[in-house]
Amino acid sequence: MADLYSEEAKEEIRRALKKWEEQVLPEWLSRMPEREEQFTTLSGIPLKRIYTPLDLKDHDYLQKLGFPGEYPFTRGIHATMYRARLWTMRMFSGFGGPEETNERLKMLIRAGETGLSLAFDNATLVGVDPDDPLAEGSIGIVGVSVPTLVDMEVVFKDINLGEVTTNMTINPPAPVLLSFYVTVAERQGVPYDKIGGTIQNDPLKEFIAQKTYVFPPEAAVKIAVDVMEWSVKNLPKWNPVSISGYHIREAGATAVQELAFTLADGIEYVRQLRARGMDIDEFAPRLSFFFDSHINFFEEIAKFRAARRMWAKIMKEWFGARKPRSMWMRFHVQTAGCSLYPQQPWINIVRTAIEALAAVLGGCQSLHTNSFDEPFRVPSEFAAKIALRTQQIIAHETGVADVIDPLAGSYFVEWLTDEVEERAWKYIDKIERMGGMLEAVKKGFPQREVEEASYRFQKEVEEKKRIIVGVNEYREEESEDVRKVPLLEFDQQEVERRQIERVRKVRASRDQERWSRALEELERAAERGENVVPYVLRAVKAYATLGEIMGALKRVYGTYAEPPYY
Amino acid sequence: MQSPRTTRRIKVLVAKVGLDGHDRGAKVIARALRDAGFEVVYTGLRQTIDQVVAAAIQEDVDIIGINQHEGSHFHIARKLLQKLEESGAGDIPVVMGGSIPLVDVEPLRAMGVKEVFLPGTPIAEIVKRLEEIASERKHLAPRAKG
Amino acid sequence: MSDPSVLIERAKAGDKRALGRLLTLLEELNADNAWILERLSSEGGRAHVVGITGMPGAGKSTLISRLVRAFRDMSYKVAVISIDPTSPISSGSIMGDRLRMQEHATDPGVFIRSVTNRGILGGVSLAALAMIEAFDVMGYDKIIVETVGVGQSETDIMNVADTIVVLTMPGAGDDVQALKAGVFEIGDVYVVNKSDRPDAAKTYEYMLFVAEKEALGRGGSWRPAVVKTSAALGLGIRELAETINRHFSYVLESGEKERRLIARRTHLVRLVAARLLLQSLSEVMEGERERVGKVVRDMRGFYDEAMRIVRLTGKRLVE
Ligand SMILES: Nc1nc2c(ncn2[C@@H]2O[C@H](COP(=O)(O)OP(=O)(O)O)[C@@H](O)[C@H]2O)c(=O)[nH]1
Ligand SMILES: [Mg+2]
Repeated sequence: MADLYSEEAKEEIRRALKKWEEQVLPEWLSRMPEREEQFTTLSGIPLKRIYTPLDLKDHDYLQKLGFPGEYPFTRGIHATMYRARLWTMRMFSGFGGPEETNERLKMLIRAGETGLSLAFDNATLVGVDPDDPLAEGSIGIVGVSVPTLVDMEVVFKDINLGEVTTNMTINPPAPVLLSFYVTVAERQGVPYDKIGGTIQNDPLKEFIAQKTYVFPPEAAVKIAVDVMEWSVKNLPKWNPVSISGYHIREAGATAVQELAFTLADGIEYVRQLRARGMDIDEFAPRLSFFFDSHINFFEEIAKFRAARRMWAKIMKEWFGARKPRSMWMRFHVQTAGCSLYPQQPWINIVRTAIEALAAVLGGCQSLHTNSFDEPFRVPSEFAAKIALRTQQIIAHETGVADVIDPLAGSYFVEWLTDEVEERAWKYIDKIERMGGMLEAVKKGFPQREVEEASYRFQKEVEEKKRIIVGVNEYREEESEDVRKVPLLEFDQQEVERRQIERVRKVRASRDQERWSRALEELERAAERGENVVPYVLRAVKAYATLGEIMGALKRVYGTYAEPPYY
Repeated sequence: MQSPRTTRRIKVLVAKVGLDGHDRGAKVIARALRDAGFEVVYTGLRQTIDQVVAAAIQEDVDIIGINQHEGSHFHIARKLLQKLEESGAGDIPVVMGGSIPLVDVEPLRAMGVKEVFLPGTPIAEIVKRLEEIASERKHLAPRAKG
Repeated sequence: MSDPSVLIERAKAGDKRALGRLLTLLEELNADNAWILERLSSEGGRAHVVGITGMPGAGKSTLISRLVRAFRDMSYKVAVISIDPTSPISSGSIMGDRLRMQEHATDPGVFIRSVTNRGILGGVSLAALAMIEAFDVMGYDKIIVETVGVGQSETDIMNVADTIVVLTMPGAGDDVQALKAGVFEIGDVYVVNKSDRPDAAKTYEYMLFVAEKEALGRGGSWRPAVVKTSAALGLGIRELAETINRHFSYVLESGEKERRLIARRTHLVRLVAARLLLQSLSEVMEGERERVGKVVRDMRGFYDEAMRIVRLTGKRLVE
């Protein structure tokens, strides 16, 4: 036992606390009543007035915390953490057509970035071509449009894919975009074992949040696991999934739900990979995570710490992982877009700074900070720069990165970490009893939970049980202020026209027979239940478009539509 | 005894046009409107303008509410209003909500969008405004008396 | 555009806006406009009314969307009436069936309409039956009605459809429950949907048994059919459409169609009568509130008072 306090010491503290509560507190309360009868975290966890060593019940230091780089990794996955290397300041980019994005990427590389991150436009995200009627007016707006191999070649023109790593935020069309990327690398002469980066490829959370689903849940998971399996076997440096709580949180989930559902998604993928005969230590080191950092400061820090401890336990105790690397929860964090508001937009800078600080104190591996103009549009360069500078101030000026896990041992933070963990386990138990996350998603369980939480939050804001500065309190007539926000402008219509033209040209100029054979074979392979990735690769090389390949898969697997509520 | 007729229900179409997948707002609104006694027709994600207009006409809704988060609100408003007009349904008021910059509100109104709700608008305010809009419209298309 | 006669004429000419408006009038039918029904019904009676029932989540809306496509391929005009059974009279509702069928929204030969009670007692049944008449007159060949059947008030609509399709799915735990509740006594066609799922074969066997058993108990030469489908993947849809058509030929030839049509319209008369009665009853009660209040104070003359209200109501109605 490595309990911090002896029974005698605790007894003494208990007596003193009682005395304080009986003799000191009442007079203060009568003179200065508290602002609320019951304070709660953003997730609704009730908080006490004060935390003491008595709140660390059964707190075994070595078991619960240990040291950084050691099981259960509560204090960090690396022994040196930010003392050796700061987190990666990875800023998400991409807008317009491949040409604009290529320019932007090359600029970032010149500025010293090697970790590229691609955001795709809505058409690409759901796997339709730019000339699809649904895509009208949306090409290039929230990210870059990449419907063909030719487009991907333009995105990475004059960029050596052996020297950069690329993060691609893409889900149902993941096999197609991965095939584009791998083919471009191959044509540059980069061998498979030099291709590095991450593909989001996390379909379960699409049903819970985000909503760029295409296929029904079962098929969606099958295809994603195809990508994971193929990547682990062929691309040793590639992270074939980024298990994402971010979008779940953005859809209105609580911190506890975000944590629990993300872990449950991870558990489902691990089971599916093992069911294909893969060894846990073969693929587990390649799993990566992605969380939100919201505004309720301590709760977020507790969430990150609990997340590491829980995942390590799941990997070791549930799945028998042996390599420490398999137990590492490596995660990227983005500050909470949903915590930003268009009213008095400048103050979003402050919110983002606080959220970023929580992510760093929580031990993230990489971080994206939102720009204050996010509630309007894709960030302008000016706003994006402030966001990046925010991270640099945290890294170099505040000193918070100089000591590892500096909040450990705070009675409150340790208690809250335990509490968040306990609540998350309850959810995981429930999902396990339903047969795992895939079954739970099919039943609409996490969807319903998130919708409830989101609705509850909305009501609390309306009833002013939660104050949001500038929104339901401290409001201003502010039209002038907002008019000054410089917005990113680009010629969207021109990009759309160009993208439609290119996809049509690609369709017209390819070897039609090879193309139709490749699509036909893909469809047959999907029907037989084979791993689709090798067939998608072949179709991509025959210049089948994103929309066509997704179309073939839809014919086999069907599509999904979601009811208005659960 | 319960009266066979309570007040007339207001029927609203809540729609998302195009590929924008942010449905948190649309769903919160749908639920809040239901709780306020509205009949809500929800057509789900990824609708074309033509589908929205067809649904509005077949369901004979009193108001069309478009929730949009990807910046194509002008494009959508223009096409939607035009298509409604062509389909003999130009009298159905259109309201919009979502991440729309304040500077775009007036131009949208000038185009014929009846109301624009910015993020953070209290639901009670939205409900009240929709009730007003629906009642303004009653004289235009009188319902059967009860 | 609010004169019902004009709406009827325009709707007949194919104006969907007019038809949509007309359906709203039917939903809110009352003493002043009940005559509309007469204008509609006198010309109808030829369409095929297909009722589709089953538990929530069985896949009714998804399957209907597939059926619409199949019927359209056979060149029929199709109307869908989707009934929301969930919301209580006193609150609003969210209607979401439509979202599974939106791909057909812009098809000129398809019309989809969601129905709720609109805050009126018995509103759903009346609205649905009245809409059937309207769609019929407007030349829709197939009128598909989606309801959650079991134990709901809408079962009365199911009982008057020309063809009743009962949907089940694999592992639907309450098969026995449903059997007890009598759902399995009404089906002309049974569908085991979600047959893409591994446990579908068992349910199929079970449904064959149910259909077999039931065929013994009913008159006529139609043996309830059992069809396997996967609405998600589009399997078995053509066979289902053909089976439904085969049943229609059967009801036409056997005279069953005529019987069901009369039953349906008889029921409609009853619902309209009830609506009008209730409407004038509440108007009468409104006016007599004070006097009734005095009488009930000591309960003497209670019965006479009730009968007086009945007479007043009748009188008011006739005027
Ligand atoms: N696996 C599978 N799922 C289906 C099938 N048909 C419908 N579903 C799913 O079942 C759920 C309920 O479908 P819905 O049509 O709304 O059912 P309803 O409540 O009976 O109208 C949805 O998630 C559908 O995608 C099918 O044939 N196979
Ligand atoms: Mg349904």
